[in-house]
Amino acid sequence: MRAYDMTATEISQRVHRKEMSATECVREVADRITALEPLVGAFLHLDVQGALNQARAIDALSDDERQQMPLAGVPVAVKDNMTTMDMPTTAASKILEGFMAPYNATVVNRLKAAGAIIVGKTNMDEFAMGSSTEHSAYQLTHNPWDLSRVPGGSSGGSAAAVAARMVPIALGSDTGGSIRQPASYCGVTGLKPSYGRVSRYGLIAYASSLDQIGPLARSVDDVALLYDIIAGYDPLDATSIRAETARVSEGPVDWKGLRVGVPKEYLSADLGGVVAQRLQDVITQLEAQGASVLEVSLPHTAYAIATYYLIAPAEASSNLSRFDGVRYGYRASGADLLEMYENTRAQGFGPEVKRRILLGTHALSAGYYDAYYLKAQKVRTLIRQDFEQAFALVDVILTPTTPDVAFRFGEKSSDPLQMYLSDVYTVTANLAGIPAISTPAGLADGLPVGIQWLGPVMGEDRLLQVARGFEELWPSSTWPGLGGEA
Amino acid sequence: MNSGYDVIIGLEVHVELKTQSKLFCSCSASFGAEPNTHTCPVCLGMPGVLPVLNEEAVAYAVKAALALRCTVHPFSKFDRKQYFYPDLPKAYQISQYDQPLAEYGAVPIIVDGHVVKEVTVRRIHMEEDAGKLNHLGIRLGDAKGSLVDLNRAGVPLIEIVSEPDMRSADEARLYLTELRNVLSYLDISDLRMEEGSMRCDANVSLRPHDYVGSLEDLPRVEIKNVNSIRNVQRGIEYEVARQAELLARGERIVKETRGFDDQNGRTYSQRSKEEANDYRYFPEPDLPPLVLTQEAIERVARSLPPAPTVLREELQQAGVTAKEAEIIVGDRALWEYWREATTHYEDKRQVTNWILSDLSRLLNAHGDTWLTPRVTPAALADLLRLIANGTLSGRMAKEVLDRMYESGATAAQTVEAMGVSQITDHGAIQAVVQQVVADNPHVVQDYLNGKEKALGFLVGQVMKQTKGQAKPDMVNAILKGVIADYAKT
Ligand SMILES: [Zn+2]
Repeated sequence: MRAYDMTATEISQRVHRKEMSATECVREVADRITALEPLVGAFLHLDVQGALNQARAIDALSDDERQQMPLAGVPVAVKDNMTTMDMPTTAASKILEGFMAPYNATVVNRLKAAGAIIVGKTNMDEFAMGSSTEHSAYQLTHNPWDLSRVPGGSSGGSAAAVAARMVPIALGSDTGGSIRQPASYCGVTGLKPSYGRVSRYGLIAYASSLDQIGPLARSVDDVALLYDIIAGYDPLDATSIRAETARVSEGPVDWKGLRVGVPKEYLSADLGGVVAQRLQDVITQLEAQGASVLEVSLPHTAYAIATYYLIAPAEASSNLSRFDGVRYGYRASGADLLEMYENTRAQGFGPEVKRRILLGTHALSAGYYDAYYLKAQKVRTLIRQDFEQAFALVDVILTPTTPDVAFRFGEKSSDPLQMYLSDVYTVTANLAGIPAISTPAGLADGLPVGIQWLGPVMGEDRLLQVARGFEELWPSSTWPGLGGEA
Repeated sequence: MNSGYDVIIGLEVHVELKTQSKLFCSCSASFGAEPNTHTCPVCLGMPGVLPVLNEEAVAYAVKAALALRCTVHPFSKFDRKQYFYPDLPKAYQISQYDQPLAEYGAVPIIVDGHVVKEVTVRRIHMEEDAGKLNHLGIRLGDAKGSLVDLNRAGVPLIEIVSEPDMRSADEARLYLTELRNVLSYLDISDLRMEEGSMRCDANVSLRPHDYVGSLEDLPRVEIKNVNSIRNVQRGIEYEVARQAELLARGERIVKETRGFDDQNGRTYSQRSKEEANDYRYFPEPDLPPLVLTQEAIERVARSLPPAPTVLREELQQAGVTAKEAEIIVGDRALWEYWREATTHYEDKRQVTNWILSDLSRLLNAHGDTWLTPRVTPAALADLLRLIANGTLSGRMAKEVLDRMYESGATAAQTVEAMGVSQITDHGAIQAVVQQVVADNPHVVQDYLNGKEKALGFLVGQVMKQTKGQAKPDMVNAILKGVIADYAKT
């Protein structure tokens, strides 16, 4: 078995048992990345030499020290909106080209302390704004299952890298579905934790009240492993929760006692045939296992997209104001201060980012604030209450992750609204602050179909247990063959 | 003043809190370091960093709010005030907008030691300071460039907003004086207007007597960033006169922001408010709301020092006049000096006299303040004891104090060094007196003939021969006795 075929759990076990050195692992993985990267384009920055150095350092530790590291020798890819002191952090934007942060994101420090080896920074939609990674200022990332299709976004690079077996695990960030949608398109598992579970320190903010970092992997166990490392209170993030993260329970899920809710509002006419059919198959299978599948109602679902596209751009317009050319990043010249600001931001930001800054600035303007931002916050509260009421009746909620499977390049990028609407099933979890996980449910015409499981706030433990149970019922048996391999 | 209008003044005061660290990061909040040495990714506004609220700053702000008799809200929140400027790294200032920390307090206006009016404090909120720009030219617009120093960026501030309750420049001065006085007892700020640790913006408008609209709708002129209380008063005086003249000419007063030129005492237009920013306030999503328990608020309340009004009363009960009490309590360092001196020496009247006359004169002459008096309260008390026990006359004590102030020596050391201790030995004085009487028979005769002045001359001679050290009342008594004896012979 090659290192790149192994899960993170397997790699760390072998490194702990000295059946494989971290250096061997990284070398094999680096070879594969080098071979496949020209096809996939998952990485904005690769640091093979740095990764080998880190691996050698892990190998040089005592056995005891290594055993303390749950991710000893495990290669990890990190989305390029999390700061790393030893690699550039650009958020796929020209305005941060070559930016070297003088601090690591908390998640990066946690990964390093756990013995993980960060091999590179993955491509994304600029500042995490997009659903296809086409809005990267630098390159396209191709879906490993079909190179003519998008990997989803905004964590497209991370999802593609995991699906292409370039790395076993990766970090993404999710503001309205940016982990789950690419996980679904790439046939991998992706978790968006409860808001406040994972420190946002060092995550370049898109929408502060919605952003959350989470893991992507080819197995639920790996997602849980990585989640355990990154979750937990961080004094550097005032919104992080002071709660113990319950260790994900190992036991199998008892389908017979499980109440699974399916929101009727999510089964609308927009739902593509293939995804609707697959969801039905899953429901049938769960019922066959003895689960009770109940219809639940989330009455404010219809307002979710509008709410999200007011709150997220409003916060983004503010968060992105700091990119003004004064202290770091790209600076254009200008005759005076105002012109310097204008040129810097006109040249430094891509069209989608500008669109959202304009939307958000408008939503916060005097005279519009009450009608837009304030109203959206009120609806957000209603959406959160919808979920609280639903979770009084069911343990988990099952939904599609996306209305359709991965689309082709350019198919939706010409129509922003169409692109926004495809976030319909994912944005609610961010608005409500609840955990959500997308797991693969087989292929349709050779393309992965994902389903989404939602849990109550702080309910990651149960959610992961259910996802693992489902993985056993519906295993992903094949991975995309790339570069002529089987 | 013109009888055709009322002067309406409201003040916004920013006070920098002297906490160890900044409001949202662990950088030092101290003043005067090399540019950009008190900075970190958080206060530089780098990507991905997050603010963490400084609890010490909250405690200071609550202290100020309670001392200004505000209601402190158990629930307040932070908001972003957004505008682009190079001294504002995130392009937004974290402030408090619609739910401030505290509201509805009061500052007394004190004249001759008596409260004549109370100005309402509308609100107090917390916010972070911006950095500083050093323009390589006169103003940003025509500068070749500007150097940004972000040491101050993120230093905690409280903004204290008054109601437009003041009706004259003098009231504004008295409000600021008392506000600063109250805060000075809390140890939460340097309160130095010249260094910017206390800053004042004054809103000035004139309300014609026939005006029927709301105060809000009056065209208001804001005088920005004046660097002393005296200049706030001057700026308002100028502004009132300027606006009165405009009204007299039937012209419109434009709502605008004006600066104050302390060279010529005039205000000048900076920008008109019509083109003011839309700050796009919205709740700061990176910070949870600020929740204070009633217990925590009460704990701070219990830790507050007595208010200046209480201190003034205490002083008056100790026999200090209202006016003196105002002077003493009006300078915290002076009050502390007074308090310590009176623990060393119980005649509070005497202590007060010496502090407010001779010691004050010496401080002024040397350009010192009560923070660094060169004669300690204990040393002053020692000196007063030497007067009480007759070692020194009042006049000699003044000379001794002068010398003590120069040298820093104790009263006893100084007395010895100067050789000035008072001669109280009856025999010694009598010997000199007898000599003087013998040497000046004509003068003695004049005195015996009813010429009162002649006695003064004889006293003067005695003092001269004793180098001023003879105890004056003894000299008088002994002299009269000797002359009486002389007359009998
Ligand atoms: Zn700092």
